[in-house]
Amino acid sequence: MTDSVPTPPVPDGGVAPDGGVAPDGGVAPDGAAAPDGGAVAFEPPLNPPADLMEVRRGLFGATDSGDTSGFGGLVDPVEMPGPSPRPYGDWFDEAVDALVDALPGQGQSIEKVVVDRGELTVYVHRDNLLATLGALRDVQALRFELSLGVNGVHYPGDTGRELHAVYHLMSITNGARVLRVETTAPDGDPHLPSSVAIYPTHDWHERETYDMFGIVFDGHPALARILMPNDWVGHPQRKDYPLGGVNVQFHGASVPPVDERRRYYS
Amino acid sequence: MTAQPIAPAPDTDFDDAAFVAAAGGDWSDVADEIVRLKEERVAINMGPQHPSTHGVLRLILELDGETVTETRVGIGYLHSGIEKTMEFRTWTQGTALTTRMDYVASMCNELTYVLAVEKLLGLTDEIPERAVTIRVLIAELTRVASHLIAVGTGGNELGGTTLMTVGFREREEILRFFEMVTGQRMNNAYMRIGGVSQDLPPDALAFLRGAYPRILRGVGDLEDLLMKNPIYRGRLVGNAYLDLTGCIALGITGPMLRATGLPFDVRRAIPYCGYETFEFDVITETTSDAWGRFMVRMREIRESMRIVAQCIERLEGTPGPVMVADGHVAWPSQLSIGPDGQGQSPEHVREVLSGSMESLIHHFKLVTEGFRVPAGQVFVQTEHPKGTQGVHAVSDGGTHPYRLHVREASFNNLQATAALCDGGTVSDVIIGLASIDPVLGGVDR
Repeated sequence: MTDSVPTPPVPDGGVAPDGGVAPDGGVAPDGAAAPDGGAVAFEPPLNPPADLMEVRRGLFGATDSGDTSGFGGLVDPVEMPGPSPRPYGDWFDEAVDALVDALPGQGQSIEKVVVDRGELTVYVHRDNLLATLGALRDVQALRFELSLGVNGVHYPGDTGRELHAVYHLMSITNGARVLRVETTAPDGDPHLPSSVAIYPTHDWHERETYDMFGIVFDGHPALARILMPNDWVGHPQRKDYPLGGVNVQFHGASVPPVDERRRYYS
Repeated sequence: MTAQPIAPAPDTDFDDAAFVAAAGGDWSDVADEIVRLKEERVAINMGPQHPSTHGVLRLILELDGETVTETRVGIGYLHSGIEKTMEFRTWTQGTALTTRMDYVASMCNELTYVLAVEKLLGLTDEIPERAVTIRVLIAELTRVASHLIAVGTGGNELGGTTLMTVGFREREEILRFFEMVTGQRMNNAYMRIGGVSQDLPPDALAFLRGAYPRILRGVGDLEDLLMKNPIYRGRLVGNAYLDLTGCIALGITGPMLRATGLPFDVRRAIPYCGYETFEFDVITETTSDAWGRFMVRMREIRESMRIVAQCIERLEGTPGPVMVADGHVAWPSQLSIGPDGQGQSPEHVREVLSGSMESLIHHFKLVTEGFRVPAGQVFVQTEHPKGTQGVHAVSDGGTHPYRLHVREASFNNLQATAALCDGGTVSDVIIGLASIDPVLGGVDR
């Protein structure tokens, strides 16, 4: 490994990401397919979670009407790119196949696979996170040996899956492939298993994610705050974290917190 | 943070040990007390205000005599909530915030950010060639400046002030060029989504051609001072060792990783900005120690200067716009230097104001409201002087980032401090830390 210069297989303009998939309607193909048959291509989104993150309501920003008054009552559903159909293109199919083979239950643990803007994202349930990361690191065809860290995203509109943790992994062995693993936890039970034992580099990254989002990584050797002071209350990167305003000494006025000021959007 | 010390993590060894709390006072009293207690182990705080910790880094060292038995790192003293702030600024304004992360390599941060947003927009292939080449030129000069700081301040921490003055002197040449091009020496906010904020001024390339040999001569001075210097070699060789396995496990990238012999460089592995068309070598060393990292940085400076020379040549033959043609994104400004300072050029103002009213409204909306970025997420990496820098940008279709996370190499590499320093002496800690080259603005963000 030490002598090979990684070649550049840049994932470029892969599959058109637009949600051309009908998420429902079809009967789930069910896991009864022969485990080793190989004839049936694995299609993970048996029952894909909703990709509707929120419905944005506001003043300006309506693009589909002629209204420019700002009082048209913008109602705009925010949809993240949905599950992608096979084939995913590039090296993605082969990697997903290898991952499915390595996981117990023939990939039933994979919630969905999204290919968007030439990037592959695998959504897994938190119960299967460690098995997935372990397989991604160790299976010869995958070999994502370098982790580029963990970080969180808070989607308050994604009910029951509000807290997302995102892992970016890189395989130097297989020519600088990059893959994203995403897992979720509800606000009411913000627990994820710690992956420090698999990727020691996640030590500080999980501490930062805990600090900023309040996701508790069970099994972390010392899950303490890392950027904020130890006695800080709250987790600043959460969308519901209150922001401070500035009192102004004139006529009792004050500058409102930045998230309560008038904005063009949302 | 108040002066209230943070309690270290519970350490059972220390719980029942006698201890002396030294907070000011006469050190000889403290020393006498330690002798009286017959306790050799000492836990000391290095930083957060300490000249050798590259900014506000706090190291908690547990010493047994002169040997460091345990190193803990305390960060967060420079946390400024940049990622959160970006969620309340438009995508274009984000550049001015990313530039303040790793302030020693400002424009490399900006580059990663604008590449990420352009990927979200699907604009990557539409950036004019001249803008891309200017970006490469600027990024490589930034790399040279950053490495000069790394070597210079590292030398200063060992007591060699000359190294710092030489390093800063040559960096100054680069900063003068930056000032000429961007208007500022640091925190430039020069990269724009869609291109760069303005074209190079007419005499900039001539200036750079003049400065080029001076920079190389200064680099030669540093090499002469250091490469055969027995004291410097004696302090660095074999010190702060971390091999390939350790680096990969800890996610270490950049010069530290290349010093273990693995030729991993994002510019070659996942080329961006047309790096595949430039001639340069990925520098590696095989010693895995502080000396190897120093050598990688010094040789990378020369490789970066090779790229700079190619950029100069290309730019002289590549006229053209420096901003994407798409009017939905292109920032509607043309700056120029007038008698009263930098501002919109009179021609541009005339063109905007004498054009259609709708065009003026559009410009106004673009600047105040910003443009919308289609929902989705991307992760873009570049080779930052400190290592692999990644930007994870999430858009919900709005005019502001929904979430923007920067994977800073400094933040990640600093995790290796304990692996590098445990078992050495306090003086080795300084070298181990300098060989990581962390910049706390990037670590804490």
